[in-house]
Amino acid sequence: MSERREGPLEPGEPIIQVRGLQNRFGEHVVHDRLDLDVMPGEILGVVGGSGSGKSVLLRSIVGLLRPSGGEVSMLGEQLDQLSERRRVLLERRCGVLFQQGALFSSLNVTQNVALPLREHLQLPRAEAEHLAEVKLALVGLPPHAGRLAPSELSGGMIKRAALARALALDPDILFLDEPTAGLDPIGAAAFDQLLLTLRNAFGLTVFLVTHDLDTLYTACDRIAVLSGKRVLVADTLSVVAQTDDAWVRDYFHGPRGRSAQLAAHATREA
Amino acid sequence: MQSDGTPGALQQGHAGQCLVATGDWTLVHYATLCGEVERNRGAEALELDQVLRLDTAGVVLFARLLGVERLRLVADGDRSLSAERRALLRTVCDALDKVQQQPEQRAPSALTDGLARIGQAVQLHLQNLVGLLGFIGLTLAIAARLIWRPRRWRMNALMSQIQYTGLNALPIVALLTFMIGAVVAFLGATVLDAFGASVYTVDLVAYSFMREFGVLLAAILVAGRTASAFTAQIGSMKVNEEIDALRVQGFDPAEWLVLPRVLALLITLPLLAFVGLVSGLLGGGLVALLALDIPLGRIMAIYRDVPLQHFLVGMGKAPLFAFLIAVIGCREGFRVSGSAESVGQHTTSSVVQSIFVVILVDALAALFFMEMGW
Repeated sequence: MSERREGPLEPGEPIIQVRGLQNRFGEHVVHDRLDLDVMPGEILGVVGGSGSGKSVLLRSIVGLLRPSGGEVSMLGEQLDQLSERRRVLLERRCGVLFQQGALFSSLNVTQNVALPLREHLQLPRAEAEHLAEVKLALVGLPPHAGRLAPSELSGGMIKRAALARALALDPDILFLDEPTAGLDPIGAAAFDQLLLTLRNAFGLTVFLVTHDLDTLYTACDRIAVLSGKRVLVADTLSVVAQTDDAWVRDYFHGPRGRSAQLAAHATREA
Repeated sequence: MQSDGTPGALQQGHAGQCLVATGDWTLVHYATLCGEVERNRGAEALELDQVLRLDTAGVVLFARLLGVERLRLVADGDRSLSAERRALLRTVCDALDKVQQQPEQRAPSALTDGLARIGQAVQLHLQNLVGLLGFIGLTLAIAARLIWRPRRWRMNALMSQIQYTGLNALPIVALLTFMIGAVVAFLGATVLDAFGASVYTVDLVAYSFMREFGVLLAAILVAGRTASAFTAQIGSMKVNEEIDALRVQGFDPAEWLVLPRVLALLITLPLLAFVGLVSGLLGGGLVALLALDIPLGRIMAIYRDVPLQHFLVGMGKAPLFAFLIAVIGCREGFRVSGSAESVGQHTTSSVVQSIFVVILVDALAALFFMEMGW
């Protein structure tokens, strides 16, 4: 989250670069020669029908899945050529929010957030938990939430707590897998705003897999559409919405797409 | 988060009281920065424009140095800072407002803590006992309600439970009781040989297995094997909200889940106890035959002459054990709450409780039967 970015990255160079990515499970090909760039400081929304490989793409970028072919580089370093140590250092600069939160059920919320601080940086417990409480407050959780177990949280609180954990090490890149799925519209809208606030304050780069049209309209700078095993188009919303493709048309100009567009316009004017 | 760079420092500025922060104020240098802040406690003003990198951890430390209010003034007033950096300062200040400043440190007193823990444990066990009695009552009430309506006995569930708790447990029960029978025979031979009474080894095996070991060993094995399975099955259904799903559809979870299990164990544990008994006698008899050279006819005669009451005293305990094991296993399953860890805790607890209860009841029963002269 350091807002000045240094290191091997040149200005104008993408922070994540995916080239010729191939993923197949047995006979089933999910990605075929997929290219994608994510620029520093942007919020990129990744959309696509169910089974189009959005989550698989996220998993191969963060290194949970070894792609069958192609290369992924992040922060100027190529993932498959890194030594174990450098890879761990690189992974520490990414935060991931899983779809179900994936909070450790044996720890309370504060301990969940403090865990990476204690393990990676050997901070003393009191210090780590203090920093964790700051993170929890940043994502808008009330102070008492820190002492609760993950099973005692509501859906929205789980997402926020998981976001706080993803932010624990002040990452440069944040990966979010359907962060607003299962939230009520008010909670989802608040989450979108939170995302914008954090991005503006910390200069985060956000890779966002979503189904939520409202999130696309309010929070995303660019949108990448996954279709036919590769990225069909990746550009600003207005360009993407004009793309001549049946799925894109149905998606953005269907009844839900139209209402999300209207809502976004109304919010912007207000 | 980056690993390189120079750790931040605080230097005395030119203009009197003002401190100047330099270098990187990031999470990687947290320990160094903490020391720096401790040395400069009580500073009045701070200049931040020479800070290279800054993240939330750095801002938290600045806030510790200056206090949140003064830091917010710096964020609002210092025009030399970039807009992003001021946004970062403001956002973290807002968050810090909601957190109590310093992590409180409670000094634990060993004595009061120990007393409190004893008190909690006693209270917990009492509550547990009352809860168990309540659950036993509930199970009996449902059983009484359904006993006359065999059509609602959930035959499929009952049969699969009988197979799982009975048939599948048969080999292990037979093998273990066989071996314990042999061990008891060896033990008897060692002790009784000194009195020239090694022929009574067979009596020792016969009486101990008929009265105690057959049923006790089977019950302990079933407690370890089946009580844990009941808890884990019902517990993961609870985690998965399946119990709630049953309830909202108007089904009684106790009728669907507890009754078949209790009935199955009531049927299978006496059978397993009988198998255990026979295979213990076999094990003991084999040792007597091969190692002590007692003729087979003699062994069989001793087995045959054991009065029936000893067999009944032993087998009579089996249904009681079965009921207790099944009820404890099911109840612990219903007590699971929400997490994978909870399933593990309650599974352990159900095995410990059911073995404890089996041995306790067996000891009380031994005392009772002895006083009664049975």
